[in-house]
Amino acid sequence: MQAFTQLTGVVAPLDRANVDTDMIIPKQFLKSIKRSGFGPNLFDELRYLDEGQPDADNSQRPLNPDFILNQARYAGTRILLARDNFGCGSSREHAPWALMDFGIRCVIAPSFADIFYNNCFKNGILPITLLDDDVDALFEQTFATEGFALTIDLEAGFIKGAKGNDIAFSVDAFRRHCLLNGLDDIGLTLEQSDFIKHYEQKRQAQTPWLFGA
Amino acid sequence: MAAKTLYDKLWDSHLVRQQEDGSCLIYIDRHLLHEVTSPQAFEGLRMAGRQPWRLDTNLATPDHNVPTTKQERSVGVDGIEDPVSKIQVVTLDDNCDEFGITEFKMQDERQGIVHVVGPEQGATLPGMTVVCGDSHTATHGALGALAHGIGTSEVEHVLATQCLIQKKSKNMLVRVDGKLGKGVTSKDVVLAIIGEIGTAGGTGYAIEFAGKVFEDMSMEGRMTVCNMAIEGGARVGMVAVDQTTIDYVKGRPYAPKGEHWEMAVANWQNLHSDDDAEFDHVVVLDGSKIAPQVTWGTSPEMVLPVSAQVPNPKSEKDEGKAASISRALEYMGLEGDQAITSIKLDRVFIGSCTNSRIEDLRAAAAVVEGRQVAASLKQALVVPGSGLVKQQAEAEGLDKIFVAAGLEWREPGCSMCLAMNADKLGAGEHCASTSNRNFEGRQGFGGRTHLVSPAMAAAAAIAGHFVDVREMI
Repeated sequence: MQAFTQLTGVVAPLDRANVDTDMIIPKQFLKSIKRSGFGPNLFDELRYLDEGQPDADNSQRPLNPDFILNQARYAGTRILLARDNFGCGSSREHAPWALMDFGIRCVIAPSFADIFYNNCFKNGILPITLLDDDVDALFEQTFATEGFALTIDLEAGFIKGAKGNDIAFSVDAFRRHCLLNGLDDIGLTLEQSDFIKHYEQKRQAQTPWLFGA
Repeated sequence: MAAKTLYDKLWDSHLVRQQEDGSCLIYIDRHLLHEVTSPQAFEGLRMAGRQPWRLDTNLATPDHNVPTTKQERSVGVDGIEDPVSKIQVVTLDDNCDEFGITEFKMQDERQGIVHVVGPEQGATLPGMTVVCGDSHTATHGALGALAHGIGTSEVEHVLATQCLIQKKSKNMLVRVDGKLGKGVTSKDVVLAIIGEIGTAGGTGYAIEFAGKVFEDMSMEGRMTVCNMAIEGGARVGMVAVDQTTIDYVKGRPYAPKGEHWEMAVANWQNLHSDDDAEFDHVVVLDGSKIAPQVTWGTSPEMVLPVSAQVPNPKSEKDEGKAASISRALEYMGLEGDQAITSIKLDRVFIGSCTNSRIEDLRAAAAVVEGRQVAASLKQALVVPGSGLVKQQAEAEGLDKIFVAAGLEWREPGCSMCLAMNADKLGAGEHCASTSNRNFEGRQGFGGRTHLVSPAMAAAAAIAGHFVDVREMI
């Protein structure tokens, strides 16, 4: 996994609540058996005016000029600013894969859906939860200033570049550690193999019907 | 000893180790796999040279991409016309063969939607931890199991280690008292709950559903409710074990037998919240007041009783809410204050992991029996949840009732719930659907989904628009 330490980038504002994972990456693109290549279809139904197909040449498709990612002022965005319950719905990890493939490595919102939030950390994306007022202020500044950019410092736990004071954020210690170091958590868990085996022995004695069925 | 909730008990009995930073290693008893979220996980295992930790906990079946017409199904995998869907199904077959994982392949009579197949086979049992790369895994919580959806990285993690790194959720109790009225079903109950708590109301919580309504409910009904816990934001939904649970599990192919059965039943008697257990949040509904529900918008929380009118953004004081109502109405092609019963339908879909079990098909058949689907309807699909549900329905003659009424009787799979196969809505089409999500484009590009119970979908198929099914039974 790609480590996440510090990130500076243009902020794109997605001003709607309950953005679901069907919206982030529609179902027809889930047929891929790869982890990459989803970027051109990120937010497909919002971004293009026609229906996307897995084998289509996206460069030939009509763009929706009203959608933020099609607007020059948000070109090269690395940070997505969003509203409540971002990432709700399906558990598809294709959603963070699509964000990552597009170049977005940080999503800031007042709240996230649980499974999406968890999936982000497995893919080097940092989801940051802030208070409503802080998110509102960031939306205002993003709309007001062309090229509005922020610096996310995970090590320090601060967002820099907004008006006024730096904004502090917190992330669960284990997830922060894995993200900062780009750690593969399967490897970490396998270091605890003895504990897992010990648990299995105990469990097999208590609930033998769960073993070898 | 401190009183515990059902969730506390399930959590504690699967805790392998708690780290100093508070993260926990949780042991997984059952891992279900399907073709959409597993290929990259198997690829990850191969790249790292890893093998599955314990083969016997894994069970796979293709469901999302499989075609549902007899013609395509009769020739097996080669009959899948969409080449991309076919690759995904073939990849699951190849991966299961390579790693030695039990799979009910497309032509197996036990194939079906993974959340129908697990309980039906006794492969998901009370007291288990159950995971699957699908957010509707909460379904299995109906058996008193701790079940939730995971992403593909975690699919790989479970394959490689039999564990997940987790943080414990908070406890929420949703109690529905009283008795449901005639024609009001488990689907109406869960839609009413989501209408009450909102789509993010359960975020960060594990929900236990309890109260008289759940005590009286069948296992199929409990599965419908737990299935949609995620639509209320909760990864986990569950119901305590009682005699209904034990009677359901007994005799199923993967259920314990003989001496192990006696041991298991004794163990399962403890799978309920202690009387004095404390919940972080409690929601109480009166079941007798729940009417048949219909979603009008693009989020499951946008739901109302069938007798209601679609909301008008002009009557909403909160600016953000008014904007979200306007956006939903525009997408759905509806006017504020329009009666829900005036919404005309193009298609009807009875199926999905929410509502494709035998009880669902019986309820729908009871409504359409001796009647005819409205001429204005383009299509009405009935898609059983598994090959065994299909067999059972045919043994009861339900297929003949559906076909005689003008509905199509299909082969098992996820089908039009998310339209990864050929069954989908056209742009602008309204569908009465027994599935679980009414998001924009969910059932097809530009499609307009209304979530309802099987009985309400059947009634809508006959009328061509929404009607209160209570007037028809």
